[in-house]
Amino acid sequence: MTKLAAGFKQIGHYRISDPYSLLPFRFMRLDAGRHVLTNMAGQHLVVPAGIMPELVERRLPTGHPLVPDLEAGHFVTQGADDVHLELLAAQIRTRQARLADMTALHMFVVSLRCDHSCGYCQVSRVSEDRKAFDMTPKTADRAVDLMLRSPSRQLKVEFQGGEPLLNFPVIQRIVERTKKRAGEQDLAFVIATNLAFVTDEILDFCAAHQICISTSLDGPPELHNTNRPRPGKDAHARTIDGINRCRARLGHDRVSALMTCTASSLAQPEAIIDEYVRHGFQEIFLRYISPYGFAVRAANKVGYETEQFLEFYRRGLANILNLNGEGVRMREVYASILLRRMLTSQPTGYVDLQSPAGAGLSALVYNYNGEVYASDEGRMLAEMGDKTFHLGSVHHSTWESLFLDSPLLDMADRTMTEGLPGCSECAFQPWCGSDRVFHHATQGDAVGHRPTSAFCRRNMEIMRHLVRLLEDDPAAAEILRGWAR
Amino acid sequence: MKLNDKAHFGFGAKAFIGLLEARAADGNYALRNLSIDDPKRLTLRIGSSGSPADVSLSEEMAYLRAGDMLRLNPQTNDIRVLYRGSSRHNFLFLTERCNSRCLMCSQPPRSIDDSYLADDILRMIPWMAKDTRELGITGGEPTLLHDRLTALLGAVKEHLPSTALHMLSNGRLFSYLRYAERVAEAKPADFMVGVPLYADTASAHDFVVQASGAFEETLFGLLNLARVGVRVELRMVVHRHTYARLPQFAQFVARNLPFVDQVVIMGLELMGYARSNLDSLWIDPVEYQDELERCVHHLDQAGLNVFIYNHQLCLLRPSLRRFAKKSISDWKNIYLPECDGCTLKTECGGFFASATLRHSSHIHSIR
Repeated sequence: MTKLAAGFKQIGHYRISDPYSLLPFRFMRLDAGRHVLTNMAGQHLVVPAGIMPELVERRLPTGHPLVPDLEAGHFVTQGADDVHLELLAAQIRTRQARLADMTALHMFVVSLRCDHSCGYCQVSRVSEDRKAFDMTPKTADRAVDLMLRSPSRQLKVEFQGGEPLLNFPVIQRIVERTKKRAGEQDLAFVIATNLAFVTDEILDFCAAHQICISTSLDGPPELHNTNRPRPGKDAHARTIDGINRCRARLGHDRVSALMTCTASSLAQPEAIIDEYVRHGFQEIFLRYISPYGFAVRAANKVGYETEQFLEFYRRGLANILNLNGEGVRMREVYASILLRRMLTSQPTGYVDLQSPAGAGLSALVYNYNGEVYASDEGRMLAEMGDKTFHLGSVHHSTWESLFLDSPLLDMADRTMTEGLPGCSECAFQPWCGSDRVFHHATQGDAVGHRPTSAFCRRNMEIMRHLVRLLEDDPAAAEILRGWAR
Repeated sequence: MKLNDKAHFGFGAKAFIGLLEARAADGNYALRNLSIDDPKRLTLRIGSSGSPADVSLSEEMAYLRAGDMLRLNPQTNDIRVLYRGSSRHNFLFLTERCNSRCLMCSQPPRSIDDSYLADDILRMIPWMAKDTRELGITGGEPTLLHDRLTALLGAVKEHLPSTALHMLSNGRLFSYLRYAERVAEAKPADFMVGVPLYADTASAHDFVVQASGAFEETLFGLLNLARVGVRVELRMVVHRHTYARLPQFAQFVARNLPFVDQVVIMGLELMGYARSNLDSLWIDPVEYQDELERCVHHLDQAGLNVFIYNHQLCLLRPSLRRFAKKSISDWKNIYLPECDGCTLKTECGGFFASATLRHSSHIHSIR
């Protein structure tokens, strides 16, 4: 390198010649030849496996090409220790920013009645004519008043069922009361519906109050109708018709759809994705079936092994990446959530990937009868006789008692992956979360046993797959990085 | 500049700040001395025509208008134009002192007592046009002025409430949270600090700014500015010692400093130390297009506002041209004979005049 003018010092003068120091990081084998390192805030670096002994014994020479990457990623430090810790702390604070806000998502089960009889339904349902399973106006009012005690600056009200449109007057009542009584909070409303009962009056109300629609679309007609039976076997046709009517009245982007992967879906990820493309969706959530409610009882019929799901997921993701390569805009939602956690410092609100677990802290469920649960799955367990996740009732609980006189604090304490056995040393810990309800339901234990946990296996393999794509497939990596925003 | 006896007497023969006021029928301006509290008005003539006046300036100053301000030194007969009411590029030059010594500094620092510069600026601010859109603070390192800097920010806030104020600072002194807080209290509504960060590792940044510990101080400063709610622009200058890790720099910024308002990637201005160290610093911009493209793309993808300054459009890859800004002031930039007939010339910022010393060998007209 050409000399600098007199009086200027060369770079060697500014290098600390002593070996670097290690900052806290986790690492594990990515595959035979590589290790993946993650720092405390979830930044990752893939290194050749053989280099690990030298790296951790601080024997890498300062001139080694990996050293600047390790230093810039806060894995090692050479003389600027304080700023590394401060930048890590700032990232962690940003990632956890939502925790201080408390509960933002509030799910109202306004009716247990439903016209569908889906085999995988994770909620209990009763037939259409039994009004005893509707939320009453009085219960609705009390639930709204309780929700408005949440300190969260954003409140998202989600109407669930059963089929919530079967009790539309109570939805109207809740929306109007919430709007009237809310203070400074930002409000958002979503109705999770199969759209079989949508009318012009309902759409007018949704338009007037900027209510979003979330529906279920499992794939092509045959698959959808098999997964989601209803009298007349016309679930798919009604859903598509409903989607089109909602879009026409509310706007294209006001309608989203969710799919659930059943045993019948496993062989046809491409056909399912094509169905989403055909109907103008730009995102799809390749969603694992939940082992609750009817889904547990019907496990033999609709369930499958984690490995089969992973095969389905990888095939589906490859198909979506190919479509993007051909210029079709389509995003896989679960990968997007994970990539945001892997590649940015931004907080993610997804309830199932939080530490401590999001149940209760991020979301509350108000059942039709006024009972309050930490999650929809917790409500389901209660229907099956297990009241572990019951927090109180809108009729006699206060906001404080929901959290303080309930299992919730203990739950939070025992679901921090930073300290859980099997999680604390895992390189993917900063990206993952814990699902206490899942481990309670499947392993009979709040903490759970990771080596036999389907939750752990599924998430580990999806994250491993994403890391490899980012490393090995530049075209895929380019698309995936775009999803992280 | 020529002064008559009355002017010498009136000004006490000391250097002063003069404001051009209304122009009389004979073409002469009234000149107000802002450096003394009991202002005496004198007359100023530009060129040889017109009535005799207390102060005469040569014809080349004919561009001056009422509202402009100058520093006049009767002892040396020097004048310096400090403020032009009609310009969008007014910079308040606060000090020549600096606590860094960057390899490519276009304005090499001097350790001198130049506190008069800040005094002059404080005198001028109340007389600046209320509709001044933008004002820059530059140096040297403005934060070395401490109380006088906060006084200046307060004066802009008071007298020019609708002016956008942009300050260039290495940010190191904002590692003291109290100082950042004081600046946040004093600042006008529309205020941004442009802070240079030249690397994603300590030794590489400290080397470029020739100061041990600077990387750590600047980063603490950036975090403190964010904490007190001061908007920040990050500046990176590309040269032989910084280009190689541009993509990693972008990752570092997106991950650690996502709160910055904008990131500016700049080419060299071949003045000052950049001339002294030219052989060590120089790299033809065509050689770092790959690194620059990955850097800009990554920042853009992360949702940050990113701009490219001081780069000619013909050297940038087509994907980068939309990020380029005409950053060189209209009265400072030049074009080369190669630029003749180029269809992008009107959108291109051209060169600093100093580019005649060295420029890319790949300059060409785009047709």
